[in-house]
Amino acid sequence: MEDSKIIFSRPTALKPTVTHYCPGCTHGVIHRLVAEVLDELNLREKTLGVAPVGCSVFAYNYINTDFLEAPHGRAPALATGFKRLRPDMIVFTYQGDGDLASIGMGEIVHAANRGEKFTVIFVNNGIYGMTGGQMAPTTLEGQITTTSPKGRNVAEVGMPIRICELLSSLVTPAYLERVAVHTPQHIIRAKRAVRKAFTYQTQNRCFSLVEFLSTCPTNWGLTPGESVRWVEENTLKYYPLGCFKDPDKEVKTDGTV
Amino acid sequence: MPRILMKGNEAIAEAALRAGATNYFCYPITPQTEVAEYLAHRMPEVGGVFLQAESEIAVGNILFGAASTGKRVFTSSSSPGISLMQEAISYMAGAHLPCVIVNIMRGGPGLGGILPAQSDYFQATKGGGHGDYRLLVLAPSTIQEAVDLTMQAFYLADKYRNPVMVIGDGMIGQMMEPVEFPEKYEEPPLPPKDWACTGARGREPHIIKSLFLDPLALEKNNLLLYQKYEKMKAEEVRFELYKTKTENKILIVSYGTMARICQTAIDELETESISVGLFRPITLFPYPEKELYAEAARKNIKTVLVIEMSIGQMVEDVERVVRGIKPIKFFGRTGGVVPSPEEAKEQIKELLKKEAGTRKRKTRKG
Ligand SMILES: Cc1ncc(C[n+]2csc(CCOP(=O)(O)OP(=O)(O)O)c2C)c(N)n1
Ligand code: SF4
Repeated sequence: MEDSKIIFSRPTALKPTVTHYCPGCTHGVIHRLVAEVLDELNLREKTLGVAPVGCSVFAYNYINTDFLEAPHGRAPALATGFKRLRPDMIVFTYQGDGDLASIGMGEIVHAANRGEKFTVIFVNNGIYGMTGGQMAPTTLEGQITTTSPKGRNVAEVGMPIRICELLSSLVTPAYLERVAVHTPQHIIRAKRAVRKAFTYQTQNRCFSLVEFLSTCPTNWGLTPGESVRWVEENTLKYYPLGCFKDPDKEVKTDGTV
Repeated sequence: MPRILMKGNEAIAEAALRAGATNYFCYPITPQTEVAEYLAHRMPEVGGVFLQAESEIAVGNILFGAASTGKRVFTSSSSPGISLMQEAISYMAGAHLPCVIVNIMRGGPGLGGILPAQSDYFQATKGGGHGDYRLLVLAPSTIQEAVDLTMQAFYLADKYRNPVMVIGDGMIGQMMEPVEFPEKYEEPPLPPKDWACTGARGREPHIIKSLFLDPLALEKNNLLLYQKYEKMKAEEVRFELYKTKTENKILIVSYGTMARICQTAIDELETESISVGLFRPITLFPYPEKELYAEAARKNIKTVLVIEMSIGQMVEDVERVVRGIKPIKFFGRTGGVVPSPEEAKEQIKELLKKEAGTRKRKTRKG
């Protein structure tokens, strides 16, 4: 017994509860990555999370830190106000793609451009989950949703928005990386990005955003297994993974440390 | 401290700093931009936080985040900007967060104009945003009072954990008047802000939120809000009487700088041996209901005359309070037109003439 040691346990930054997320939804995986990094960097007790409006509004029921619940899309504004007054604390927002890329587009662009020193966990599942599967600005061309029943018609509503690419056009330094979580290898790489984002924040370096290509089996109308294949065959084709901006020139910008 | 000549907007900014509110967020809009311009250079001197954001939607929500630290925070804007802040104001009220919002009103609706108005009365006192909530609303009529009320606004916001609005028409922002700041600002003790987000060290996480999917839980939160508003009604009502006397036949009800114009009219009428009194609400919510009722109920008062820089908004509160005991007349100019003392006098004389007419008819019949 003396040789035994715990090699896997629940992070202290994750509350011991069952989540309300659907089977095959990767919100839970992303929560865990954030919690693991907060534990590893010993940040939990000085961290504030800002929950969005979306399926992850209850992030505060799972992630074990102080939390604010923002109006739809405004998490970056709340984070700005809090972090400006408490630069000694660690602040992160957790936002879906409807929240961040649609109603909250103004807030995210300006927070990024001001170089606000907080971290954004951006969960892009290409659809409005909470309200039951409507089209998002990130919905893929031809993808069927309840408000694009014949598939997204890009002639009418434009092409899906690539947030990392869009924000990388800003001149202000930032850390921007797109990751996926549909396979263990991707999860390991995704965690490195989360760790880097929070590390930059602890160094007061720059605004940081990690975009997760996430799943929504329920509203995609697919099984969890089919959802993984959908990410592989469709989402990844339009949303390339990798680092889009990094303030540290010494670090390789392909997502590896 | 010596009296100094200051523009209203700058005096309000300085007052906030002296009440310990060293965190300010803004977006430019006439006629209150001087608050921001003053603080842009003054805030670094006091080591505070100043930020011009991308919109009033952002300002309101930045204020929300900032208020969650437990520090004193405020913003100022004018009518169209205040409309954009309603989302955050509703959320902050629901989440029991203190903050101060200054509205230097201009004419509306829409883009309206940039001249003084009092046409945001409904928005300020009846909700503005969605849901069962209220703001505590303070309406100064001089720059000195704007200073005093702005300072108190932060105390009241903390006392009730509720947004407080200081509301003035454009003149309050733009006028210059001598003001005096207290040598040392003092206020009654407040409970510790043990609700603030400061990091979950050695305690359970603090969650500041307004979502309650269980209707009973939401009702409970709304009842908590309601209790605060009832307490405000019991403890915070403020008003001022001007030349109210037993022999007065007319009682004017007016607030803000409009009330000062009415005072001029009242003073001038006095020289013609016409005596009229003024009731000036200082808190627009809680409204001085009992006090107004008592003044209107005085035996000799024949008419209650409401004068506003709007097409008739506060008059609905006066009706609510006075209806059934005395006739109510309204006079207002809107769109940035400010009623003159002459117009006010004319209204009063007209009413007195009519009143004398009916009395004569009555005596003849009798
Ligand atoms: C101002 C406002 N508009 C609309 C809504 C309704 N609403 C709730 S969640 C949501 C979409 C969330 O989608 P997303 O951000 O993609 O997150 P997901 O649920 O997919 O994780 C919408 C439109 C709202 N709560 N507030
Ligand atoms: S609706 Fe979609 S995003 Fe929401 S929990 Fe279910 S799978 Fe996840």
